[in-house]
Amino acid sequence: MTETTTNHSLELLTFRVAEQEYSLDIMSVREIRGWTRTTPMPHAPEYMRGVINLRGTVLPVMDLARRLNLPSREVTDRNVIIVVKINGTLTGLLVDAVSDIVAMTEDDLQPPPELSSDPQMAVVRALTVIDDRMIRVLDLSAIVPATSEEAA
Amino acid sequence: MSDSNDPMAEIRASFFIECDELLEALQDGLEQLSEGADDPETINIVFRAVHSIKGGAGAFGLESLVRFAHSYETVLDEVRSGKLDADSEAQKVFYQAADHLSDLVRMSRDGEEIPANDGEDLIAALNALVGDLAQDDVEPEDFQPLGVAISLDLPAVDDAPATPVFLVDFKPGQELFATGNEPQMLLRNLCDLGQAEVTCHVADLPHLDQLAPETPYFHWTIRLEAAISEAEIRDVFEFVDGLCELTVTQENGAAPDNPDLPAPDAPVNDEADAAPPPEPAPAPVEPATAQAPKPDLELVPTTPKPASPADKTSPAKPSGPAGQKSVVRVDLERIERLVNLVGELVINQAMLAQSLDQAGLSPHSDAMNGLEEFQRLTRDIQDSVMMIRAQPVKSLFQRMSRIVREASAAVRKEVRFVTDGEATEVDKTVIERLADPLTHMIRNAVDHGLESTEDRTAAGKNPVGQVRLSAAHRSGRVIIEVADDGGGINRPRVLGIAKSKGLIPADATLSDGEIDNLLFLPGFSTASEVSDLSGRGVGMDVVKTSIQQLGGRITITSEKGKGTSFSISLPLTLAVLDGMVVNVAGETLVLPLNVVVETLSLGPDDVQMLRPGAHVVRVRGGFVPLYDLGVMLGYRAPRDSLEKAIVLLISLEDGTRAALVIDGIQDQRQVVIKGLDDSFYRAPGIAAATILGDGRIALILDPADVIAASGNFPQADLSIMERKVVND
Repeated sequence: MTETTTNHSLELLTFRVAEQEYSLDIMSVREIRGWTRTTPMPHAPEYMRGVINLRGTVLPVMDLARRLNLPSREVTDRNVIIVVKINGTLTGLLVDAVSDIVAMTEDDLQPPPELSSDPQMAVVRALTVIDDRMIRVLDLSAIVPATSEEAA
Repeated sequence: MSDSNDPMAEIRASFFIECDELLEALQDGLEQLSEGADDPETINIVFRAVHSIKGGAGAFGLESLVRFAHSYETVLDEVRSGKLDADSEAQKVFYQAADHLSDLVRMSRDGEEIPANDGEDLIAALNALVGDLAQDDVEPEDFQPLGVAISLDLPAVDDAPATPVFLVDFKPGQELFATGNEPQMLLRNLCDLGQAEVTCHVADLPHLDQLAPETPYFHWTIRLEAAISEAEIRDVFEFVDGLCELTVTQENGAAPDNPDLPAPDAPVNDEADAAPPPEPAPAPVEPATAQAPKPDLELVPTTPKPASPADKTSPAKPSGPAGQKSVVRVDLERIERLVNLVGELVINQAMLAQSLDQAGLSPHSDAMNGLEEFQRLTRDIQDSVMMIRAQPVKSLFQRMSRIVREASAAVRKEVRFVTDGEATEVDKTVIERLADPLTHMIRNAVDHGLESTEDRTAAGKNPVGQVRLSAAHRSGRVIIEVADDGGGINRPRVLGIAKSKGLIPADATLSDGEIDNLLFLPGFSTASEVSDLSGRGVGMDVVKTSIQQLGGRITITSEKGKGTSFSISLPLTLAVLDGMVVNVAGETLVLPLNVVVETLSLGPDDVQMLRPGAHVVRVRGGFVPLYDLGVMLGYRAPRDSLEKAIVLLISLEDGTRAALVIDGIQDQRQVVIKGLDDSFYRAPGIAAATILGDGRIALILDPADVIAASGNFPQADLSIMERKVVND
């Protein structure tokens, strides 16, 4: 999110969503918590799971699978919520499981191929390969809609 | 604020805070004047406010501020002394001057550059008011804020600097004679102490037939030259302590710390407790600063005037800031923290209650009794904390009165601004965030609401338009109303504009109420010509949005030829709510308790279908629309049968009633409001959220908004319902 220089080392938190591997810059991650039942918000966009109580504040939780147009699956106790901070706002991302933390440099990242028509690609900032597996680095600001975009 | 440890910066900051208070007092005073109050105290308050600002500004070297305040004060002093009549023309200038003064204060505070000839025309207008009576007093350059006052009491100061010279003002009270004391003895004793010059003031002596034999009319000024301490002088008066008014001032030589202040020691005053600011203190300062004192002024009228026997009956009138309640200034952040902590406490208490309940304790056990006490205390603490945050809307209203003055001047309309309910207290945050929308509405009222003066005359109305701003508490909310007595909404024109702008279909037929509400559509503006004042694309839709963000609603009523009125309904506080906790489709929801009138259980014949999908319920002869909350919120499909459902009868503040179908009632309790500002969408009908005893989140509904929104989201309802069915 904030890295500008090349060779800048960064750490990625990798996790699984609907059998796919994704990752986020760990600097934007605040905490990881187990799944708790959300309180659904009426008339909310489909990918909004609802809100949960995060130590006294109301935390909106987004179902990342639905947000990425991936098949949504039954939520169990094994799902986790990654709490991220973007533009000063905390948001929870519901994922299947957290895998690992990997260190690398910006050089290891490749820009995603131009597939403008694919809405999913707009949220992938870069691609990288770890142990022969392709990992997508998500662009948080593209995932979390700006405030009041959905309002009115 | 905290970026420097300069003590001056702190004093400066507190000066500006005081300025705000003084400006408020100034506005108050002016308003009282314009309402016809002409008692000397009102004009005194106005004068003092300007004077204090000038004094402080002088200390900080704020030249422009001093200069303007001086001109203003000079004119006010003429009013105070009765030479100038504060007629409506003068009042207008006074208001403008007050506005300008507050601008200058603001600019000085923010360190903005103040143009050299700033406010010249206003100063000229002020001077014009006193033009024919002012002789020598409009000379700002010669002005010095402090310090020359005492000299007029000194016919000859320089002759004896060696021995201390004391000025003793002695004024016997009625009780002095009643207790058998004799002024002459006291004076003689005083004379024994050193070289004394006794002046007797006889100015208050009435005509013989009005003379009351037991009332002391004389008082004395003794100029005592003696090598003694002030305490020794006071010793002479020891036995009449409390029976007279005594001021001892040292006027030369080893003067104590502040020779500028004529009364370093509080006078021995029999009402000293009741009137902390002694009258003599302001009196000598003012003549010097307000106007150059006439040199031939005698000693006599300067000090004794305020202390004449007649005044003794009403000595406790508030004078100056010392007359106010004592106030502590607290950083808002600290209060916020306290509010948050109390919020946590309430949640914690709810959790505790729940676990005690689950533990199966007897309701008569000590733990349960203790919990009850705990609940009561939490509630008290909460109320007290909320009261810290509450502020009267007065400051807001005063800002609006300025908006009216400026707006009416800009569009050349005569407008009378009436306010009501200024003492209504509202949460501070609400007040702050209300300023912008209210400003816009007031401007609208002046610009669009009121007709031109000619049109008003033609319609047989009072040519002076009226804009009324009122605040009141009603059913647990604050209602703020902006009403004008203009021509009302020109509905055909509004409809025409909306159609021509493509905001509504060209063939739409709308009810009057619907037409009125078109004003809230984005991009709507009725002004046929874009004026400076309003109508620059920022419309009522912005107002509506900001009100909604505060958890409020805005409604509009208009009557042709009579005027238009906007009513804003706001929650009292942004922190707690008395709520009814209910179950709907497996979810827990909270409804504000104040809207719930009663609960009903439906019988077979109670529900009637109006048309498919629209039901009414019969409540004691009346029909009330019935809404299924679960369906409206998209939580479930409509129930097959409404029989046996629990229904809440609610009454909204606009008087409309509605019946809401729910699945069950859990509890009535106080809940802590947690804002949803951080979420990135606003769910219609959801005002906020709260945390339940089990740690889960329950949504707090705004019933009026739910009902309003349900009409707007039929499609969303369906799609979400389908999705729900698929998912669950």
